[in-house]
Order: sequence, then structure tokens, then C-alpha cells
Amino acid sequence: MSAARTLPNWVTVFLMPALNVTLAFVIGGLVVAAIGENPLRAIQVLVYGAFGYGEGWGYTLHFATNFVFTGLAVALAYHAGLFNIGVEGQAYVAGLAIMVALALDNTHWVVVLVASTAAAAVLGAFWAAIPAYLQAKRGSHIVITTIMFNFIANALMSYMLSQVISRPGANAETETIAAGARLPLLSQYLPFFGHSPVNIAVILAIFALIFVYVLVWHTKFGFKLRTLGQNPAAARYAGISAVSIIIITMAISGALAGLVAVNEAVGVQKRLVVAYVGGAGFVGIAVAFMGRAHPIGVLLAAILFGGLYQGGQELAFEMPSVSSDLIVVIQALVILFTGAMSEIFRPFLVRIFGRQEPDEPEPEPEPDTTGAGSAL
Amino acid sequence: MTYLEILQLGDSSIRMAVPLLLACLAGLYSERSGIIDIGLEGKMLGAAFAAAATAAVTGSPWLGLLAAMLVSTGMSMIHAIASINMRGNQVISGVALNFLALGVTIVLGDAWFRRGGNTPNLSSAQRFSPIELPFATQMQDVPIVGPLYAQLISGHNILVYAAFLAVPITAYILFRTRFGLRLRAVGENPTALDTAGMSVSWLRYQALIITGLLCGVAGAYLSTAQGASFTDNMTAGRGFIALAALIFAKWKPWPALFTCLLFGFLSALQIRLQGLELPFIGQVPVQAVQALPYVLTVVLLAGFIGRAVAPKASGEPYVKER
Repeated sequence: MSAARTLPNWVTVFLMPALNVTLAFVIGGLVVAAIGENPLRAIQVLVYGAFGYGEGWGYTLHFATNFVFTGLAVALAYHAGLFNIGVEGQAYVAGLAIMVALALDNTHWVVVLVASTAAAAVLGAFWAAIPAYLQAKRGSHIVITTIMFNFIANALMSYMLSQVISRPGANAETETIAAGARLPLLSQYLPFFGHSPVNIAVILAIFALIFVYVLVWHTKFGFKLRTLGQNPAAARYAGISAVSIIIITMAISGALAGLVAVNEAVGVQKRLVVAYVGGAGFVGIAVAFMGRAHPIGVLLAAILFGGLYQGGQELAFEMPSVSSDLIVVIQALVILFTGAMSEIFRPFLVRIFGRQEPDEPEPEPEPDTTGAGSAL
Repeated sequence: MTYLEILQLGDSSIRMAVPLLLACLAGLYSERSGIIDIGLEGKMLGAAFAAAATAAVTGSPWLGLLAAMLVSTGMSMIHAIASINMRGNQVISGVALNFLALGVTIVLGDAWFRRGGNTPNLSSAQRFSPIELPFATQMQDVPIVGPLYAQLISGHNILVYAAFLAVPITAYILFRTRFGLRLRAVGENPTALDTAGMSVSWLRYQALIITGLLCGVAGAYLSTAQGASFTDNMTAGRGFIALAALIFAKWKPWPALFTCLLFGFLSALQIRLQGLELPFIGQVPVQAVQALPYVLTVVLLAGFIGRAVAPKASGEPYVKER
């Protein structure tokens, strides 16, 4: 572009995303107003429901745990220039880890936690590695294949649940983990959390955040991954093998997605049911974009969305004319404004903060997720 | 299986294929112009809601169709602004629109009709009803051809015939008109068009308007022709099957017709196969048939059977000043 006026770093990193998210919430508020309710009161109910008392916090953190896993899965792939829309399917297939937990439920919960975490990670990685292989080796576009794999996962899991792993006498539901081997709830140690389902998997989420941070910014592999994401041609010149980076990155991304199974299936429901992921994989897309694909951002965005999910249920209860699906609208708007229309405020901000000559280094370019010349 | 049963299977295949075909052709215009459209599903869903809600309130399926096309085109314009003007990521914009439709239809439906996101049931006057083609009843008794004409060809609603008509029209527009040539060119090499003094943005806008209109018809078909009300998430992945069909058809109109008929047949078959014992194979799990369109598309994309190559410029925002 000619005569590009640059913005100070803090504007692009903090102010622009904040404005984008605010815009999403303002439009969400307009939807509330359109159906004849008071948006300010709706926000009040929502915030109180999510953060106003211990049990609300517990539910918020429980949802946030899922969203940290799925958000990190999307974010990690994004750094390598890959758009993983298949997180939902990867988490669903990873639900099969419940069989490992069930097989070991006469032991201790620590054994169940470790074994089911490993199983869930392997299953999620497997389901993500196939589209990755097809992208890397056969040139099929990862966006389309991961979408297709979501549907294939649905069919596969509904077959497994109805024909193979269901509890005798029940349809589409496995056995329940024995009481002695269930993951401990945080409320057992901290009564503050009341009857909320937040469990020990929260710690797993914290490890996952640190792991992704170190992997992406402090390892050789992470450097290669980001190089590939930002400039595939440069990566090739540097002798970085795109094939192995794509497959390994997607496998780790799928493994992170799989950890939803530990929190949700093993930890809370203690069995596997149909569509247990419940859209957490898609929330991960919103979380990753809102958090600008950085672990700290992902953590904050996950807590915000966790709060939305918990508060949204409270809201639907307090204001019966507002459906709890309002959060899906807000989620969509967040994806739209922080993802596809992230530049919406740039012309306006350039007029206020724009500088003719940049004296700071350019901000990191966005990874190129259109894929390196692959088919779509 | 008797001849009549085969005809019935064909008949339900057609019913299943129509929304796929309309959405697939919709996607064809967008993707041929170089704009990836993941949001077919959302546009169809928004349109289905608009059609059913308008038909329920005004009593006219035609006003419903109009509302559907307006809503769907409006959504398509959001996609246009994001991907053409703001040069945003087209995949993300499509994903956002899908969720927007999913959420908004339930929130508004719940607030307006208080049926948990569904719209009231439409009477036959509020829907598109079947059209009896001339001589269908008289032909009924003619062997072979008679039932074929009466069962399979006659007795569909007007949107079905419109969908099938859209195939030759699209083929004509795409390969025989100046607009079609430019549309194909802008998806392959936008710079060439720009150099020739044409507006890349305006061509892509036109394509996305057509995409919106066709998705509108597809949505209206679901809720006011095939069904008799809007139910939450009623598209149930059809937008993505249409996308798969588009790739399977290699972005061409006639192959799109056959692919959609094939995928429609698979959906019809899946309903018939439920609990049925086949010789030698035994009971086929419905889920296997369910997954088949997606598996086929993955296999095709991977280049194991043929090769699907997308329009070259697809997914890349056009930057004029280089």
C-alpha cells in the first residue's frame, strides 16, 4: 500500500482487539434490545451469574478449562499458518479415552488422570494428523478436510456409541466411572466453589498454556513453526521441512483438543454421551482470535467465554425471553470482528494515532492461513 | 425392490438433492470469483428462518421467499465487506456467519414465537405446494414411462423445478456470456482483469449477490417447501455437504447436478437402509452411509481419484496497488 501510516504497537496489540470485542458486545446488546429487554440489566445478570459468587466462578472456570484446550489447539495451528476447524471432531474422537478410564476405575484417580490424558491426547492427535498428512503430502486444503473430518467424527462416534461401547441396556451412553476413581473436584479442597463441576483438569489447562508458550516462542521447533506460518517461501529457503512441521503441529493441536475429554467426559460427566463436546471446539476459534493466538490472550478469552456460557444460562433463567443461544451470537460476532474484520477500526485509529515514519519495528505479520497454494 | 419403490427412492433423492444443488450452485458463483464460502450453511439457515417466519406472519410463501433472499444476500454482503473491502480472512468470515445464523435464528425465533426457537407450523396455503404437470394422472397407467412421469418428474413444488433450471442457466452464464468469462477470470487471475480496466471488487460483489440469492432459495425450500416450519439448526450440515459437492464437481455446473443427486440419493438411501438386512453384507450401519459424502470428498481432495483444483486466486484478497 502506498503511504502506509503505522500505528504504535500498543494500539494494534491492545486497543484494536479491545475495540473489536466491544463492538461485538454492543451489537449483542442491540439484539437484546431488539427483543425488548434491557441490555444493561442483561449484562448485570450475566456478570453476576458468571463471577458474582463461588459456584458461578466454578462453572465459569469449568467451561474456561475446555476453551483453553480448544483455544490453544486453534492458536497453535494458526501460528503455523494452518486453520484447524476440526477441533470439535478431534475432541469428540478423543472422548473414546473414557474406555481407558473405565478400564482402570478400580485403581486410583491419579492413574485414571494420567492414563486418560495420554489416551485422549493420542486419539486427538491421530484424528488431526490425518488431515495434516493429506495437506502436507497430497495438497488437499486443511480447512476443508478438517470440516469433513468433523462430520466423519460425528458419524464414527455415533456408531461407536450406539453399537460398540454403549452400556448394556442403554443407547448412546457408556458406563459411568466408579466413584473411587473419579477426578477430584476443586470444591473438595475449596468449599468456595460450591456444587460446581470445576475439577483437577484445571491444572492440566495451566500446564497446557505454559507448554504452548514455551513450544512456540522458546524452542527451535516453535521458531520453524512460526517461520512456516509467516513466510512459507522463506521457510523453504531455510531448509525447514514443511511436511514434518505441518504434521507435528497438527498432531499437537489435536492432542490439545483431545484434552477436552479429560475435563468434560472423564472429569464431569464421568461417561461418554453423544455430542459431549457441545460446541467447545468452535468456541476455541473465537477464543484463539480474541486472544490473538497468545497463551495469555487465550487464557483471558477462555475465562471471558467461560463466563459467557455460565452467565448466559443464568440470563436465560432470569430473562426467559432471552435465549441462552445469545452467547452463540456474541461468539459469532467476536469471531467476525476479531478475526475477519480485525482491521475495521484501523482507518479511524490511523487518523488519531497514525505516524508517518515508523520508529518502532513493524508488528509481526499475521500468519498466512490461506494455505500455500493448496486446493480449496 | 419393485419398480415403484425404485421410483420412490428416486423421488426422495430429488427432494434431498434440491437444497444441496441450490447451495452448491450458490457456492460455485462465489468460489469461481475467488471468494471462499464456508458460510453457505449459515446463509441457508438464516434464509430458512426468514422464509418460515415471514410466511407464518403474512401467509404468503412468496413473501417468505423474498425475505429469505434478502436475509441471505445481506449475510453475503457482510462476507463481501469482510473479504473484499477489508481483505479479511474469508474462512473466518464464513465461520462467523455460520454461528451468527445459528444463534440469531434461535434468539429471535424464541423471542417472537416462543416455541424454543421454532416457528409455527405452516398451513398448505403458506407453503410451496406440489405442481401436477399436465397429463400426469392420464399417463399414470402407461407402463414404465407413466409412473416415471407421474411419480418422479411431476408433483414437485416450483422451487424444485427452479433448482434444476438453474443448472443450464448457470452453465450458460459461466461459459457463454461475457460476465461468465470475467467471473472465471477474476477467480484465476484478478490482476489481468484489473489491467483490462475492470473492477475486481464489483465483479466479486456481483458474484456474492448471486450466491446470496441462491442460498436464499435453498433456505426457503427447506422451511416452506420440503418442511412446514423452521426448526433450530434445520440445515444440519447441508451447507457443508453442498461445499463438498462443489469440490467433488470440480466447480462445474453439470457435474454439480450429478454430485448433488448422488449425495441426495445417499441421504434418501440412509433413511431406507435403517434396520434393513442386505444379502451378504448384513446390516449396514446408517452412519457409514451418512459419512460417505464427506469421505468421498476427502478422498477426491487427496487426489486418490482424479484431482480437484480450485480457482487459482481463491482465498486471496485482491490488492490493487502492488
